[in-house]
Amino acid sequence: MPGLTQRQRMSIPRQGMPEQDPQVRSANFDEVALGFTEELAKREADRCIQCARPHCVEGCPVGVLIPEFLSALRDGDMLGAVRAMKVNNSLAAVCGRVCPQEVQCEQTCVLARKGEPVAIGRLERYVGDYELARRTCPLQRAPATGKQVAVVGSGPAGLACAVDVARQGHRVVLFESLHSAGGVLVYGIPEFRLPKSVVRGEIDYAAECLGIEVRVDHVIGRILTTQELIEEYDAVFLGTGAGLPSFLRIPGINLNGVMSANEFLTRVNLMKAYRFPEYDTPVRVGRRVAVVGAGNVAMDAARCSLRLQRLRSLSASESGDEVHVVYRRSRVEVPARAEEVHHAEQEGVIFDFLTSPVEILGDASLGVAGMRCIRMVLGEPDSSGRRRPVPVQGSEFEIDVDTVIFALGTSPNPLVFLGSPGLERTKWGTVVADEQTGRTTVRGVWAGGDVVTGAATVVSAMGAGRRAAADIVGYLQDVPETW
Amino acid sequence: MYEILRKETLSDAVKLMVVSAPAVARKAQPGQFVIVRTDEYGERIPLTIADFDAEAGTITIILQEAGKSTLQMGRMQQGEAFATFTGPLGHPTEIACFGTVVCVGGGVGIAPVYPIARALRDAGNAVISIIGARNRELLFWEDRMRDVSDELIVCTDDGSYGRKSLVTGPLKEILEQRRHEIARIWAIGPAIMMKFVSLTTEPYGVATIVSLNTIMIDGTGMCGGCRVVLEEGAQFVCVDGPEFDGHKVDWDILLARQRFYQEEERAAIRRWEHICRLQHAAAEGG
Ligand SMILES: Cc1cc2nc3c(=O)[nH]c(=O)nc-3n(C[C@H](O)[C@H](O)[C@H](O)COP(=O)(O)OP(=O)(O)OC[C@H]3O[C@@H](n4cnc5c(N)ncnc54)[C@H](O)[C@@H]3O)c2cc1C
Repeated sequence: MPGLTQRQRMSIPRQGMPEQDPQVRSANFDEVALGFTEELAKREADRCIQCARPHCVEGCPVGVLIPEFLSALRDGDMLGAVRAMKVNNSLAAVCGRVCPQEVQCEQTCVLARKGEPVAIGRLERYVGDYELARRTCPLQRAPATGKQVAVVGSGPAGLACAVDVARQGHRVVLFESLHSAGGVLVYGIPEFRLPKSVVRGEIDYAAECLGIEVRVDHVIGRILTTQELIEEYDAVFLGTGAGLPSFLRIPGINLNGVMSANEFLTRVNLMKAYRFPEYDTPVRVGRRVAVVGAGNVAMDAARCSLRLQRLRSLSASESGDEVHVVYRRSRVEVPARAEEVHHAEQEGVIFDFLTSPVEILGDASLGVAGMRCIRMVLGEPDSSGRRRPVPVQGSEFEIDVDTVIFALGTSPNPLVFLGSPGLERTKWGTVVADEQTGRTTVRGVWAGGDVVTGAATVVSAMGAGRRAAADIVGYLQDVPETW
Repeated sequence: MYEILRKETLSDAVKLMVVSAPAVARKAQPGQFVIVRTDEYGERIPLTIADFDAEAGTITIILQEAGKSTLQMGRMQQGEAFATFTGPLGHPTEIACFGTVVCVGGGVGIAPVYPIARALRDAGNAVISIIGARNRELLFWEDRMRDVSDELIVCTDDGSYGRKSLVTGPLKEILEQRRHEIARIWAIGPAIMMKFVSLTTEPYGVATIVSLNTIMIDGTGMCGGCRVVLEEGAQFVCVDGPEFDGHKVDWDILLARQRFYQEEERAAIRRWEHICRLQHAAAEGG
């Protein structure tokens, strides 16, 4: 609403997100956060005081024009809000749902100093959803240049790169190894956090507007190599992510009932195993699940486990089902988005802090019979700045579990590197690329997102994709002699 | 979509399909596999490539109807299409002139052994092949295998055709008689057969390569569901395999892991059969 004083704006409380009740939602896979109504969105946008020197944008890896879109929202100008949003972000409905706003835009919001920040993420989602439903402001494409660019991997990095390159009139072909586009957005993040119809909607909309050709079922490194792409395309962007799971090096990790979070989540999300047998892919969670790790991946695995247990017990009425998150540091160090931890606790996930597994115990048929753990204390800060967990001698104990899901670090997907001579990688397997431009050690090849940084965030991957796109566009305008 | 250009019934439960997938066919090599999905609801099923024709742009797959997904695939007809057909995946077989080699194919494993035997023969090896199945009904491609082998031994478990024996019978005899001739052995078939082939050859110290067909989802190294335990630690069948040194595989873990979803598979088959009956009844009634 125009005409409010700063004081009046600052006295409006932060608007809560309507949500499904924890009791109800823990037995379904429907979205937890229901989204702002028009009224809530207006009231929340009214809280923005339109600072002379806004800091929110500095907190955003893709530089969303936050004051502009909020100002339009305040004025009730939806078209203006959408337009402002789309300048720097064509995946608003996704980012609004999954970005860790509390350490980005909302952390640097001026209101956060004295009280609660403007709910920028929720408003971003509101604008994104509005546009997905109405398509008021299609992305525009410059006249065709005759140049063509191959983008490998359809996660946030690849999508953001494809959109920005295609806007400039270059032909873009997007190669994806799985059968649907979206990367982690489709195979990793569950439906109840990010509905797949939203992901598909965003991708289809952008691809249609910009004529991006999406080729699924294409594993680069096998069906075509990067080398072959270089020969056929004017530029190649690698956004293949970091999906290779790791397991702790402890005894028992190959028992039945021990899996990576990626396997578990891929079954549940990409293959829709929560609707087995309507969908063919099964997934098995036991009565007592331990998820090892405490990032977003762990929260997702824990909350999916819980839902599968409750769905099962609706018909069988079992009690005693439990899901534990086992984490070697303390609550303060938990890397997951704050909202996810809060939601997980509301739904009944149990957190075992300062606990580290040392062995998974097997039964006669090679299933999981339990897990031996050791207590930890926090010592001196390590290279990441977090306090290093140290085992407490003699504190070993057993927990009663039949399913163990590892949600630990991941490393780059390996196949894209077959047939890519000269592409330098670090000792962690990530691609060496210039931080600003995304250029790799091979002429004509850019890279960005998790494949360069290791597992990070959706929006940081998008940022890398956009920076590479900008460099690709410049490069194609006037192909330089040197790389 | 990937169209089925030709379908052949090799036996009641074994179907051959020639599928149009030109880009996959251009790159396919012996030993590799594809991941196939029937439709939106389908599982991603790994199937070893039984033959390929780069010029015609086709890949031949052979499937044994076992679970709900393969039953459903088996009912698909010429002209219908798969939703997903991704590949070629996995490392190709190492083909070189080794001397004399033995290729063992059990049941539906005869299909993937065929292009390997052919490539080995083309590379100048003397190829001895042993193919076997539970009974005559389940045996196929004897003629094709004969074409690419210098010597072919056919056996069935029940003696309904060829020699009455498991494939390990003739294999052991060959090793007894001609141990020093044999440079390498390939064995593809059910896990239990590959286990016993490996146990049979181990005392003779002849390198034995098996092709593992584990539970798998993405097929690109992302899930780890296909992991297999070797002497040196766990590896992923999809990106490190599918071929491994049979003497190093922990077969007990492999067999246990394959059984993990047995209950769900049975439930899915029951539901599928029920749906088929309803459809059938509706068709009859209408
Ligand atoms: C379960 C889970 C939950 C998460 N939750 C959040 C969250 O709430 N908020 C947040 O900001 N971040 C979250 N993250 C992290 C975030 O999803 C990733 O950082 C981000 O998706 C990385 O984007 P990317 O484009 O680099 O890679 P990806 O999203 O991994 O996409 C890479 C794509 O490339 C494809 N590919 C790989 N190899 C090949 C090949 N050879 N040929 C063709 N295609 C190939 C893959 O199939 C995949 O589709 C989460 C991650 C996971 C796993």
